[in-house]
Amino acid sequence: MRVNPTTTKPKPLADDAALRKALASTARPPRASAVSAALTFGWRGMLKVKHVPEQLLDVTITPVMFVLLFTYLFGGAIAGSTGEYLDYILPGILVMSVLFTTVYSGVALNTDLTRGVVDRFRSLPIWKPAPLVGSLLGDSVRYVLAGTVIIVLGVILGFRPGAGIGGVVAALALVVIFAFGLSWGFMTLGLLLRSPNAVMNAGFMGIFPLTFLSNVFVDPETLPAGLEAFVDVNPISILATASRGLMEGSAEVSDIAIVLGTAALLTAIFAPLTTRLYRRA
Amino acid sequence: MTTQTPLAIEATGLVKSFGETRAVDGVDLAVRTGSVYGVLGPNGAGKTTTIRMLATLLRPDAGEARVLGHDIVTEDDAVRSVVSLTGQLASVDEDLTGRENLILLGRLLGLRRPEAKARAGELLEAFGLADAAGRLVKNYSGGMRRRLDIAASIVVTPQVMFLDEPTTGLDPRSRNQVWDIIRALVAEGTTILLCTQYLEEADQLADGIAVIDHGKVIAEGTPGQLKASVGSGALHVRLLDPEQRPEAERILLSELGGVHLEPDPAALSVSCADADRGAEAVAELSRSGIGIADFSLGQPSLDEVFLALTGHPAEEDPVEAEAAAIEEERAA
Repeated sequence: MRVNPTTTKPKPLADDAALRKALASTARPPRASAVSAALTFGWRGMLKVKHVPEQLLDVTITPVMFVLLFTYLFGGAIAGSTGEYLDYILPGILVMSVLFTTVYSGVALNTDLTRGVVDRFRSLPIWKPAPLVGSLLGDSVRYVLAGTVIIVLGVILGFRPGAGIGGVVAALALVVIFAFGLSWGFMTLGLLLRSPNAVMNAGFMGIFPLTFLSNVFVDPETLPAGLEAFVDVNPISILATASRGLMEGSAEVSDIAIVLGTAALLTAIFAPLTTRLYRRA
Repeated sequence: MTTQTPLAIEATGLVKSFGETRAVDGVDLAVRTGSVYGVLGPNGAGKTTTIRMLATLLRPDAGEARVLGHDIVTEDDAVRSVVSLTGQLASVDEDLTGRENLILLGRLLGLRRPEAKARAGELLEAFGLADAAGRLVKNYSGGMRRRLDIAASIVVTPQVMFLDEPTTGLDPRSRNQVWDIIRALVAEGTTILLCTQYLEEADQLADGIAVIDHGKVIAEGTPGQLKASVGSGALHVRLLDPEQRPEAERILLSELGGVHLEPDPAALSVSCADADRGAEAVAELSRSGIGIADFSLGQPSLDEVFLALTGHPAEEDPVEAEAAAIEEERAA
């Protein structure tokens, strides 16, 4: 049946005047600054946490499990007593938990790409890396949260860092800075692989052995020579050593410099690469 | 001022290949400032690829294009500051509320926070989304999502707007609402490039149409010109009583010539270019005591245009097209 369109015109959405006013009004404002655009994307990340708080489960539950598991199951066997092991393992678990969280930056980016919203972001007149830098800023908040959960739990279990709160905050800051650099690598992965699951699998395939082949859990002195050599130069070992040092007030400046340098190097390599891939995705 | 240029979009010889497939194979377009230009074609004809190149999301392999005088490759940043894109998948963030989406875009486009909030409120009101403003977009209906999508495209009024299949998957009511919004946008002076596979949509909205198939523009003109190029229209008559069809056929044959008997036993159609003669023929049927259920006199539809131009219907494979539509719906 054909219906004459003029007689069945649907009732207007709102009144026509409001529509015309909304359509007529705007003059183009000056371009958003790079910082403002990045912060706005960071705000987007925060809103997602607000609307989907389940996202935080993996940054809170998993670290708690690791602390309890390693301290009470392996602590006695590895270090003689759970208390002594806690002092060794806690900065290590902090490193591990935060670094595991960086994989999700790649997963989240890949998930974004499967949706139309990225096309809109890419067609906006903004600083090109803003969506990526912004989401990393948002992720950094998650890193701080994961780190805080670990430290609070540690203190409850009897962890008493020698350098006090200042040392703990410095250690957390160092870990978050390193995570920021490493995240760029996983974001590149997130743009290269086809599905969020593939990013997750490949990401953990990389970060898991790197973390375990470090001094996060055990003192490398008992390891076979070849392995010990690898563990000693693994940046994650250096990060764990520096974190322990900061918490105890005995950090080597050279360790901190190596960690910051590695973070800068990762950013210098992967940030431009990620931005380039994002423009073309 | 750049808006004074007579052509908002000029493309010559645009080419884009994906592997072996030439998705866009030498497309030329000329879109007047302030008009709605329809790019019409079936799924996979190259519409979306063309729009993505013009919106600077894809770099053409060959050819060049200017949007309001800015080259899409060398001046892509300038292009991005005058255009907005409403993609085929809804280009809004599902995990945020409608209001948050609009504030986000307002901020990214350089509005200050209070301005972005005020603008979001104004748009939600105007697009009938005020009640749903605080709900997550993933819980919106298809029509609401489309409206939000278009609202998101005009947070800061673009001079050129790309709309990629804005009504795919919408019910007729939502579709009419989207059409109303598009008409209102044009009335305010925005130039619109509209990709669609709905022939009626291009007919309703567009001032000019390019018909595209296998990455090439195969015809171009106003809707009227395209129809005229296919030939005359037809008079369709449906009788109250199928028994009277032979007599009606005799009368129409003598009035207008070549009658076509349709599958419906009460219906016939006859080619007829002249409205007066068509009306006369209907009057003659009525005078002869033949009861008429309904009749219509129309120009050929754009469906018929497409068939005449390409030798195949707009939807080559209805099953496949249906599947694609469902897939799209799910993704959106």
